[in-house]
Amino acid sequence: MKINPKTVTFTINGENKTFITEPDEKLLTLLRREGYKGAKFGCGQGNCGSCTVLMDGHAIYSCLLYAMQAEGREIRTIESVGTHDKPSEFQQELIDGGAVQCGYCIPGMIMSATALMENETEFDDETVREYMDGNLCRCTGYEKIWAALRRVLDRQEAKSTK
Amino acid sequence: MSPARTANFKQVSHSVTKVDAKQLALGKDSYVGDFAPPNALIVKMLGSPHPHARIISMDVSRAEKMPGVKLVLWHGNVPRIPHTSAGQGYPEPSPYDTFIFDTKVRHVGDRVAAVAAETEEQAMAALAKIRVKYEILRPVFTIDEAMAEGAPVIHDEPDAYVPIPIPYEPENNLVAKVGCQTGDFEKGMKEADFTFDDIYETPYAQHCPIEPYTSLAEVDSAGRLVITTSTQVPFHCRRIVAQALGIPVQKIRVIKPRIGGGFGSKQEVLLEDIVALVALRTGRPAFWQLTREENFRYGRTRHPIRFRLRMGVKKDGTITAIGMDCWNNTGAYGGHGLTVVSCCGSKVLPLYRCENIHFDAKVLYTNLPCGGAYRGFGATQAFFAFESTIDKMAEAIGMDPCEFRRMNHIRVGEGSPIFAALGEGKEGVPMTIGSCALTECIDQGAEAIGWAQRTDWREKTGRYRRGIGVACLMQGSSIPHIDMGGATIKINEDGSFNLLVGATDLGTGSDTILAQIAAEELCTATDKMIVYSSDTDMTPYDVGAYASSTTYLSGEAARKAAADAKSQILKTAAEMLDLAIEDLHCADGHILNADGSKKVSYGDVACYALYLKNQYQIIGTGSHFTVKSPPPFAAHFTEVEVDTWTGLVKVLNYVSTIDCGTPINPALCEGQTEGGTLNGISYALTEEYLFNQNGKMLNASFADYHIFSMRDKPPLKTILVPSYEDTGPFGAKSVSEICINGPAPAIANAIYNATGARLYEFPFTPERVLNAIRSVKA
Ligand code: FES
Ligand code: FES
Repeated sequence: MKINPKTVTFTINGENKTFITEPDEKLLTLLRREGYKGAKFGCGQGNCGSCTVLMDGHAIYSCLLYAMQAEGREIRTIESVGTHDKPSEFQQELIDGGAVQCGYCIPGMIMSATALMENETEFDDETVREYMDGNLCRCTGYEKIWAALRRVLDRQEAKSTK
Repeated sequence: MSPARTANFKQVSHSVTKVDAKQLALGKDSYVGDFAPPNALIVKMLGSPHPHARIISMDVSRAEKMPGVKLVLWHGNVPRIPHTSAGQGYPEPSPYDTFIFDTKVRHVGDRVAAVAAETEEQAMAALAKIRVKYEILRPVFTIDEAMAEGAPVIHDEPDAYVPIPIPYEPENNLVAKVGCQTGDFEKGMKEADFTFDDIYETPYAQHCPIEPYTSLAEVDSAGRLVITTSTQVPFHCRRIVAQALGIPVQKIRVIKPRIGGGFGSKQEVLLEDIVALVALRTGRPAFWQLTREENFRYGRTRHPIRFRLRMGVKKDGTITAIGMDCWNNTGAYGGHGLTVVSCCGSKVLPLYRCENIHFDAKVLYTNLPCGGAYRGFGATQAFFAFESTIDKMAEAIGMDPCEFRRMNHIRVGEGSPIFAALGEGKEGVPMTIGSCALTECIDQGAEAIGWAQRTDWREKTGRYRRGIGVACLMQGSSIPHIDMGGATIKINEDGSFNLLVGATDLGTGSDTILAQIAAEELCTATDKMIVYSSDTDMTPYDVGAYASSTTYLSGEAARKAAADAKSQILKTAAEMLDLAIEDLHCADGHILNADGSKKVSYGDVACYALYLKNQYQIIGTGSHFTVKSPPPFAAHFTEVEVDTWTGLVKVLNYVSTIDCGTPINPALCEGQTEGGTLNGISYALTEEYLFNQNGKMLNASFADYHIFSMRDKPPLKTILVPSYEDTGPFGAKSVSEICINGPAPAIANAIYNATGARLYEFPFTPERVLNAIRSVKA
């Protein structure tokens, strides 16, 4: 049960934090206000995926969720994935594969792919499409994003069948 | 092409990593929205509920008193200076028919008043308190209504005018007209064995960058206005804001950070004047980001165009006449209207040899959303009509459609009377083709799609029928004698360079390719370049990202700047080594003598020049304008499956070939082509503005205006077919726009090959396709 209606407490990228909020504030707004700006505003309607973050390991549209709904949950954002010195495997493949054009969709794509890799063990094309279909990209035609992801997934599959 | 010339390239013609890829993949602060300070006022706009109305009176006093409200802007408290929001060269070939706020509204969503408040909620609450009394005027929704006798006049304000000497008749809702005749069109039609006369219609569509229009303005400590904005045209933006507000250019700095896609939509100044006014009047930062709905309604669109295409062909395949009439619906404001229809002719008609050409175009106001620049820029619309009729001609004379195109397409050394006749707001520039690999594009694309197995539609039976279609394309590379780009490059102690370019990377990768070009010229590695682009205080001028100009035009500016810096490096190295400049050359970031026995690194040269002797800053600069606009060429192929019971069209396979000259960065060229192609497929199959009887868009969200997702994507194959354009940097032309022109005609031709049904209008929705199938005579 929430004690204080003006605050929300949840784990963000591994840290437990309390934030001031309002009942009608969206999680995306709170995150961006608090400096987690990797999640982007694209539509605010749950249609584009550029605001995708993970809640308890599942990809969600943070523009649809009220911040209060994150109470007690575990939120992860792009800020928890990779650094300049050590990008994640998928990030590196995206960079090397020329898959990042304007980049606006990319953090959301990476969070959806993270959910995919953590929740599934088999990565047939249909499963991958299911996870990635909610992330729109207008620049790339998805071709190189798909290829980069496929390379990562194929390696993971090869490892787990060894 | 000339493999010998390209074989030695060390930086260009390689898929170098995009310079900003990592920061974007890590989600670092990069876009306008990421830089809005916490104390920024939030701006919201009251959009017109009416398509055409006069504002009789307006009361903003209650809104001004609402909590958190710092400013309400409306026609009563802003300067009234006619301008255009179209970001084009100056003076613009677009009418000055726009005011910050006007006493008239001309489309649903048009500006009425803006509120700046502490929070978005407060701004929204205040908008609801603005009282406006409208006199509703009869709206104009179609080009026929716009041209009708006694039609309502959309721009009846006396102060609108066009700043260059071209026809402008707002009393007739006519934004512009343009035409040209070469040879004798009527005679050409008479000489033909087969003639065609068809009407084609192309629809409204939106660019849909995932980042909506976003702008931020602040007044800095020195009292100057700093606008950070998602624009494709930072320098035009500065000029237009200065004009609209009546303040000096000197007072304004425009910064373009990373941009979340534009595709032409952000070649427009739609938000910047408002945030600028708010910042100047309140002294507070002002932030405005459109909602997705506003992005559809108030943002720019692709101009819908009606074509009448008349063409004649002889049995031997000679094209005897081409006649294209266009009626362009530019919506409520005339920006880009003339130039878009000009490109319907200039970027399309020269593709095939023909002497007898008639071209005539009219641009008309309506009370619908405003057309603007959109990747492909008129060529996209016109190629749908043109390549459909080309297919009909091939069939009429019993020639293979690929063969017919191979036989007729323009070749190296040839010109077209159209190049000289049609420019952008003035006459064009005569030009002969210096590079063209279209035949190879057709050959390789045909091979990849399995053209040899293609059969006639009459042989096909069953519910699901497959067909293969082709379309050939061209575009241009920059606007000759109008566009200009500049670059500056300076050296640092470790042999790295700051490359400062006016050119505008909106996600396309131009920062990277300009770095590659500069590095190639300087014989150093691309990662030695620190690129900074598009800041009107810090970088040289550039027209911005449009007209497929950046690689060809700004690329040459970067190359010249690098060459300038190189000659200074050589001079200093000669002094250091006590050798003649003629005896020295550059390689891998060093200056060496012929046998390599004496050498200094660029870092050594920089330190010498900065600290040791005859000190000076090694800094090169270059500007470039072009006298040509060499077309890239492309052949697109697709295989589709048509469900003849439901009319559903599925793209099974899509092959895009492209001759962009030297691909400066092959991976990025492919990426441009894949993205543009999928955008084009989406446009051909699903994207559509639906309006109610009041001219209000009904489907202003990604839920209802469907753009292709990863699941929708068919297999896309891109084949780069290099040529070498002597006038471009290291042989390059352009890549960005051409690819979006192919899907509508290629898919139309494939649907025909599957079913015998010819589509004259798209998107190819099941309903339209089914109707067309039903009217096929067995
Ligand atoms: S911003 Fe959340 S789905 Fe588009
Ligand atoms: S890279 Fe621009 S939206 Fe995906």
